[in-house]
Amino acid sequence: MRGWGTRYVRHVTNASGQPGPGSPPAPPVYLDRASSEPLHPAARQTLLAALDQGYADPRRLHRAARSARLLLDNARAVVAECLTVRPDEVFFTPSGTDAVHRGLLGVARARSRAGSVVVHSAVEHSAVLHATRWHEGESVVVPVDPRGRVPAAAFGEAARAPGVAVVALQSANHEVGTTQPVTEVAARLGDVPLFMDACASMGRLPLPEGWSAAAGSAHKWGGPAGVGVLLVRKGARWGNPFPGGDDLDEASLGFPNVPAALAAAAALQAVVAERDEVNGRQAALVDRIRASVASIPDVEVVGDPVERLPHLVTFSCLYVDGEALVHELDRRGYGVASGSACTASTLEPSHVLAAMGVLTHGNVRLSLTRDTTQAEVDGFLRALPEVVRSIRAEAGI
Amino acid sequence: MSTSTPELELDCRGLLCPLPVIELARRLGDVPVGATIAVVATDAAARVDVPAWCRMREQEYVGEETADDGVPRYVVRRLS
Repeated sequence: MRGWGTRYVRHVTNASGQPGPGSPPAPPVYLDRASSEPLHPAARQTLLAALDQGYADPRRLHRAARSARLLLDNARAVVAECLTVRPDEVFFTPSGTDAVHRGLLGVARARSRAGSVVVHSAVEHSAVLHATRWHEGESVVVPVDPRGRVPAAAFGEAARAPGVAVVALQSANHEVGTTQPVTEVAARLGDVPLFMDACASMGRLPLPEGWSAAAGSAHKWGGPAGVGVLLVRKGARWGNPFPGGDDLDEASLGFPNVPAALAAAAALQAVVAERDEVNGRQAALVDRIRASVASIPDVEVVGDPVERLPHLVTFSCLYVDGEALVHELDRRGYGVASGSACTASTLEPSHVLAAMGVLTHGNVRLSLTRDTTQAEVDGFLRALPEVVRSIRAEAGI
Repeated sequence: MSTSTPELELDCRGLLCPLPVIELARRLGDVPVGATIAVVATDAAARVDVPAWCRMREQEYVGEETADDGVPRYVVRRLS
């Protein structure tokens, strides 16, 4: 479950983080759940069973097709129950990104008579930003506070300006973990619909209320990759912004991956069932990380310390190259993500960190898996100060 | 538009993050307390990282200007 492939070279370290003879081999510690979660055991079992039973085209009328259709309907029903929505409000898409694009642009399309402006926070996921650039209409960006939260009053004011088609607000931020005041914002919108990118929180936190459409991504809760979830509230106006097809419903796209959808539903069910216990354990570990990391000189923990995702913590180390930090931690067996420019495909600094006004270099995002242990966290916390110190020493600081 | 004449100007054109901020930290002691030091940097991260460095190191971020060749110039006042 933790393996990164057979070619991964494991480095054995002792308590001081230095290679030491006689230390028992330790598997790499995966601390990048927010990028992609290992497949939940419940999803694995379901996927294997469904591969044999859900291969047929659910639109056909024969027995194999009915079997596939039954599994797909079952997946919808389970997802609906987990998210406390109706089954006919749930649509499976080929990815979370696709669900974001379809959700946001579909609501905008249905509102084109009211206007074409999209209002969104400065810290939305790039999937939202790409959709707004593709959309033919102006974008209005609402700034966030230093913790990465959008002020509900300012957001509401921007949303009530003339010509606004839709507002986009994430449930929680994917880089720093801060949760957003979705319900408070929704209460200030009047007739303007809200699209919520819930990819970072779906499953692990209950969905806030007040949205017209929302998006999630199964591989972020332990389901298989290639399954997105688009939610469209009954009564909300939505129009397919993309070419249609001979599909079961117009919000889905192409031939459905029935086994993956069912496995995604099984993983979601398991994650929701265990989240009270897992979230409590993870929140305590994140508190431990925040306190320990903040004691390293010139290291700043960013994001809201309380109103946040339970499993995610981000910090930035002054004078440290983010790429060097990720490689050195990887060499010591810790897989982490970074929002620093030099680690991004674009070479641009993270728009999230920039909007918060916090350091964009030397950035590390840790996200715990459901079975991350305190021993693993403590091992990381022992290794980190020496890694930071050695990179700074190389830079002459 | 170049408006101020800082005590010291650091040419960080072409340097990638975090090098402009490292250079700023190294050279801060070269100017007296109360004087200004400017970082001329092409790297986009400097626009965020210089003010963030000032906040973390308790120095004053004066603002952004433009060098004669159009490259952004970030001005810092040494407070301690």
